[in-house]
Amino acid sequence: MTSKPERLVIVGNGMAPGRMLEHLFEAAPGAFEVTIFNAEPRVNYDRIMLSPVLSGEKNYDDIIIHGDDWYARHGVTLHRGQKVVAIDRATRTVTSEGGVTAEYDKLVIATGSNPFIIPVPGNMLPGVLAYRDLDDVDQMLAATRAGGRAVVIGGGLLGLEAAAGLKAQGMEVTVVHLMPTLMERQLDPAAGYLLQKALEDRGIEVRCGANTKAILGHDRVTGVELADGSVLDCSLVVMAVGIRPNVALAQAAGLEVGRGIVVDAGMRTSDPNIWSVGECAEVGGQVYGLVAPLYEMARVAAGHLAGPSDAAFRHSETPTKLKVTGINLYSVGDFAEGPDREEIVLRDARRGLYKRVILRDDRIIGAVLYGETDDGGWFNELMKKGEDISDMRDTLIFGQAHQGGGSFDPVAAVAALPDDAEICGCNGICKGQITGAIKDRGLTTLDEVRAHTKASASCGTCTGLVENLMAAVLGDAFAAGAVKPMCGCTTLPHGDVRRLIKAKELKTIPAVMQELEWSTSGGCAKCRPALNYYLLSDWPGEYVDDGQSRYINERVHANIQKDGTYSVVPRMWGGMTTADELRAIADVTDKYAIPAVKVTGGQRIDLLGVRKEDLPGVWEDLGKAGFVSGHAYSKGLRTVKTCVGSTWCRFGTQDSTGLGIKLEKFLWGSWTPAKVKFAVSGCPRNCAEATCKDVGVICVDSGYEIHFAGAAGLEIKGTAVLGHVKTEEEVIEVSAALMQMYREQGFYLERIYKWADRVGHDEVRRQVLHDVESRKRWFDRFVHSQKFAQVDPWSERVSGKDKHEFKPMFETVLEPAE
Amino acid sequence: MNAPIRPWTLIGTIDDIPAQGARCVKMGGMTIAVFRTADDRVFALEDKCPHKHGPLSQGIVHDGCVTCPLHNWVISLETGTAQGADEGRTETFPIRLEGRAIYLSLPR
Ligand code: SRM
Ligand SMILES: Cc1cc2nc3c(=O)[nH]c(=O)nc-3n(C[C@H](O)[C@H](O)[C@H](O)COP(=O)(O)OP(=O)(O)OC[C@H]3O[C@@H](n4cnc5c(N)ncnc54)[C@H](O)[C@@H]3O)c2cc1C
Ligand code: SF4
Ligand code: FES
Repeated sequence: MTSKPERLVIVGNGMAPGRMLEHLFEAAPGAFEVTIFNAEPRVNYDRIMLSPVLSGEKNYDDIIIHGDDWYARHGVTLHRGQKVVAIDRATRTVTSEGGVTAEYDKLVIATGSNPFIIPVPGNMLPGVLAYRDLDDVDQMLAATRAGGRAVVIGGGLLGLEAAAGLKAQGMEVTVVHLMPTLMERQLDPAAGYLLQKALEDRGIEVRCGANTKAILGHDRVTGVELADGSVLDCSLVVMAVGIRPNVALAQAAGLEVGRGIVVDAGMRTSDPNIWSVGECAEVGGQVYGLVAPLYEMARVAAGHLAGPSDAAFRHSETPTKLKVTGINLYSVGDFAEGPDREEIVLRDARRGLYKRVILRDDRIIGAVLYGETDDGGWFNELMKKGEDISDMRDTLIFGQAHQGGGSFDPVAAVAALPDDAEICGCNGICKGQITGAIKDRGLTTLDEVRAHTKASASCGTCTGLVENLMAAVLGDAFAAGAVKPMCGCTTLPHGDVRRLIKAKELKTIPAVMQELEWSTSGGCAKCRPALNYYLLSDWPGEYVDDGQSRYINERVHANIQKDGTYSVVPRMWGGMTTADELRAIADVTDKYAIPAVKVTGGQRIDLLGVRKEDLPGVWEDLGKAGFVSGHAYSKGLRTVKTCVGSTWCRFGTQDSTGLGIKLEKFLWGSWTPAKVKFAVSGCPRNCAEATCKDVGVICVDSGYEIHFAGAAGLEIKGTAVLGHVKTEEEVIEVSAALMQMYREQGFYLERIYKWADRVGHDEVRRQVLHDVESRKRWFDRFVHSQKFAQVDPWSERVSGKDKHEFKPMFETVLEPAE
Repeated sequence: MNAPIRPWTLIGTIDDIPAQGARCVKMGGMTIAVFRTADDRVFALEDKCPHKHGPLSQGIVHDGCVTCPLHNWVISLETGTAQGADEGRTETFPIRLEGRAIYLSLPR
């Protein structure tokens, strides 16, 4: 029997019906002739992704779910900008505001929700927006171009995403929240507090326990008045206090309505020809506001529309995540306290971690994770399955990686590995080789194991594994985790050595070795460079650099290459160069027959394969053209990468190139524990990749967002936000303060991200940003030390310093054989 | 008898080399690294690491050894052999200090 396609009409073109149609076209292709009415004048897009559109990380085209071709392909008629105003169930027709009528055999109501607008005076003023659709986002973006302050009313998911987005677009933002902590429906107070701090660190003001009394303004919004009488001046108000299922149309049509449009488990309303899916539907007495359950509704409804089906909607807990770049939170289930509940909590104040799992009868009923959320999915799985967790109670909070059937013991876990299991990927070392070396050679320290097997001697990421393996073989004889001495010449770790150098005023390497009882006479290749650095940084102007305690690159101010030649990388401030500079590079390349010229990953030019004896000549010529050393070899400031910024770019908010040059000129020359890379991007599109540098600056309309503690080498680390400042001077001051704090506290070879993890991000923020006095102190000390550091090492050497380095001591002229 | 098979050549004085440092002596295609330790002993090695021929003269000198600048092998200045788990040997050359003058016995 060939049946004529049924007429399916859908009211609303949101995420739920979109998904439903995908299921339907797959299950019953050609069975329906589909007509959609959409009050919004556009196709189906991913509403969830409005936040990245607002923040500038995405644009509308990126978030379209069904483009025009999709409607064409499936023969779907889409009435855009046609809000349905009436359903006539007797004649089975729907009619839109614009007078378009359609007849249906089956009807799906998917009208979503309406944002709740709090009933206060002024709530209809221009400049007061909800956060629901693309029009809202477009209007917010228009407002950001005018700048000023935005007040976001509501500290829930939507409100905070709006706040972060507006902030990213350069507005000053204040969040006004009625409850004492943020996102109180998804987060417990501890996590809410961490979240608040994180937002404040990005320069978003948060006012909890604040009740909005009125919105002020005559023909446009000018402020918000709170119940305590205070007034927040603003040019934009975003109201994100909640949503109400949009049921008016269904109600007018006489369908059964509770909080939402009441449907059975098959998503059918009280009229057998009418279904409802999405936020407007009430199923099992519940309404929903996250897409996961809505997609479940879509699947069930499609099943029933396609033919007889026993698909039934089942309630499940949906985790909440906040889509604000750099803030990780995850919450699922029920996390209220109660006498029948137990909780397991893990806090790590230094790393800003908070994890809480809520149990009832040995089963997880909820979880709140802040800071590190990788295990959210796993907790959720355990919760959904209702698994009895009593066996792993002790290690549960550490997450999945720490479960090894029963209780987890990392030492037992490596002990259980087969002998041919690879432990060190860099060097291809298997477990058997390591255990063999430990036993045969009687090794007892990590350094010995490294020396004899090379395991963990390269990138070092397997160090923990190797230590566990040593513990498994040696038992108590191996004290891992004990603070490691800085090298084999001392029992003192870096931290103690740094402290004692200052406390005992030790000002030379021999003094340190004597006073701190070094066990070797002259130190080793590990401790000497470290001591040399510590002394330089602690006694600027007093301590005399010891070249022999430096790695060759820093000793001769060029990078050694595999064939013993050197590379030369002059500075190109902020990545800018000129025709004259390029000509000088070309000339020197010809003159010294330099075999390779390469553009580096750091926005400058590398001359590779220079003979050591030619280095001073090459530098001399480069110096005449105005070049100085680029310190591509140094533990010090390497590059300040920039983008073109407001000088050229249509999106640029500030002069990122100019600021980069200023930073580079201000900061170059000083030695640091490990290399330091900066970048400055002109807007959040971040073309200078500032968010993976040691320090990154993102320009925004209202100023500069300073980031820190990123890296993109052996480890990829996105930066953390240090904070927001308004002027270039502040950026420079904060950057210099940060450099100095790091210079004085960092352990040798410890990059900023590791140091910051060790001392705590908040502590760094406090000392170099918020506490203005302390910031000034660090800054002044940096400026003082720069007096001695900002000397171009190349010109020094051209004028004769260390000339022994570049000349052979003696040369024989070989006589021809007789 | 102990007499050198090769003639001694005066190559300079110990003051030409920084303490815990090295200088090079060029001989046609070959480079010899001359090291000076913290306690003013001198050693001569071919400037070629047994690993991948890194220039040992550019390394850090410590404890009668030099750490190669390329991959951190540690080579004994006295014997030229690699320390620790690494295996290999660099050629050494007879060298002698007379007062502050350094004499090297060059290969022919
Ligand atoms: C030249 C260059 C590659 C290129 O051709 O583009 C380069 C070359 C070297 N890099 Fe690099 N890196 C270069 C950009 C980078 C970048 C990209 C960037 O800066 O944006 C990274 C990742 C970003 C980062 O640092 O987080 C990078 C991460 C590394 C690392 C890993 C550092 C880490 O902490 O994980 C090392 C190893 C180290 O420093 O111990 C390294 C080490 C090296 C050394 C010094 C290897 C060595 O010890 O000899 C190379 C020296 C070659 C030479 O003689 O010039 N290079 N290196 C780039 C020079 C940029 C400049 O103008 O100064
Ligand atoms: C900024 C933002 C961020 C979000 N983030 C997340 C998230 O991270 N995770 C998550 O799970 N959920 C998130 N949500 C919620 C999620 O987007 C919604 O739950 C989901 O879009 C609801 O789908 P729906 O189909 O029910 O309704 P909607 O997608 O709202 O679609 C309803 C559509 O119906 C139209 N309509 C209404 N009445 C009529 C009428 N009478 N005639 C014709 N058309 C009509 C409306 O114009 C609208 O286009 C977010 C929502 C927003 C606004
Ligand atoms: S990635 Fe860096 S260190 Fe590795 S080979 Fe390339 S330049 Fe050398
Ligand atoms: S060449 Fe010397 S260690 Fe590799």
